[in-house]
Amino acid sequence: MKVAVVKYNAGNIRSVLNAIRRTGVEPLLTDDPAELASADRVIFPGQGEASNTMAHLRATGLGEVIRSLTCPVLGICIGQQLLCAHSEEGDTPCLGVFPELRVRRFRAAEGQRLKVPQIGWNTLEDISSPLFDGLHAGDFVYFVHSYYVPDCAEAIARTTYGGVTYASALHSGNFYATQFHPEKSGAVGERIISNFIRLCHD
Amino acid sequence: MLAKRIIPCLDVKDGRTVKGTNFVNLREAGDPVELGKAYSDAGADELVFLDITASHEGRKTFTGMVERVARELSIPFTVGGGINELADVARMLDAGADKVSLNSAALRNPQLVADIAGHFGSQVCVVAIDARCTDGKWECYLNGGRVPAGRDLFDWARRVNDLGAGEILFTSMNHDGVKRGFANDALARLADELTIPVIASGGAGAMEHFADAFRLGHADAALAASVFHFGEIPIPALKQYLHREGICVRL
Repeated sequence: MKVAVVKYNAGNIRSVLNAIRRTGVEPLLTDDPAELASADRVIFPGQGEASNTMAHLRATGLGEVIRSLTCPVLGICIGQQLLCAHSEEGDTPCLGVFPELRVRRFRAAEGQRLKVPQIGWNTLEDISSPLFDGLHAGDFVYFVHSYYVPDCAEAIARTTYGGVTYASALHSGNFYATQFHPEKSGAVGERIISNFIRLCHD
Repeated sequence: MLAKRIIPCLDVKDGRTVKGTNFVNLREAGDPVELGKAYSDAGADELVFLDITASHEGRKTFTGMVERVARELSIPFTVGGGINELADVARMLDAGADKVSLNSAALRNPQLVADIAGHFGSQVCVVAIDARCTDGKWECYLNGGRVPAGRDLFDWARRVNDLGAGEILFTSMNHDGVKRGFANDALARLADELTIPVIASGGAGAMEHFADAFRLGHADAALAASVFHFGEIPIPALKQYLHREGICVRL
């Protein structure tokens, strides 16, 4: 099993490598298109700003490599947002793996106060994917984000913050994505990473 | 629903935790990694490791400890102590820390907050503020509470919020160590005025104090050291209590 992690200019990649190692698999950190294309699983992690990370992915050609992957791919946090069509952050066109989805910024409802970014543990609801095998609605995972994907047909989990119920995980074809950080979500997160590595894929 | 966070704080000197603990079944209670794992298993939502070493050698040991914590723990953790410039932040993040906390360095050089946010993102930057209330006025202190900074708590908190801090860790020096509850009035004012989360610190002595920090102080998280280290308040019992009180916590 070759589990590759996309090497690019985003933060927090080491945490993902550590989390994969805790499941007993030694990951490969790479930006080599051939290595990524031949991997059994690819994780596209990160923390960062949309326009800068997209500019880097375009300049290096990595964006096109990620789009063309045929093995199961897991985008995490900014990784999820960059798989969408567009992000409000920096008015940035993204990779469009989820062609209908546009990333928006959290805003307080009229007359309400809202802390942005959302930082901390929130619940997963309406979970519906082998990615969440062994988990239960109401399980907590760790979030740090100011932007989100509105609820959609591709949602495989939903979470509510500031009065908005949004898609906290996505799935379409061989692409999976989570807004939260499974690598920082304790036992629940380790189960999700482990499930992703063990996904049946035809 | 977003949960209120419970955060144990560990003081580390020369790579060893300093305060005593009542944790049983630890091979080595002084090992920050073992202790961190025990807290994580007990349900802590995050951890803070404060380096109270002064020496250069001690700092290197601390970096090694951060790498071990990052390898073994699967919850977020913040490191503080000795963060004075961007290079210190880079070193801690490279070692695997999720956030850094800065205190005196931010007061001496506020631009550092903006620089950290610009380079690594706001979520990385926790600004710790030690403040004391005298005659109804809250003043910030430097150097572990030894030197008055000549700045008002609320002005300073708004300033670092605007500079790009991701969270505020507010310690009331009046309440710290007294174990009679957090500074809920000041907390509530901070939590209501700022657009970023506020972590309450200083004063935990009983489980009710945590409930008050969330309900009266509107805090997003509460940090404590000795009540956890000495086993006076076990984290699972605290979380069950808060849950029964109707406060959203991760169980």
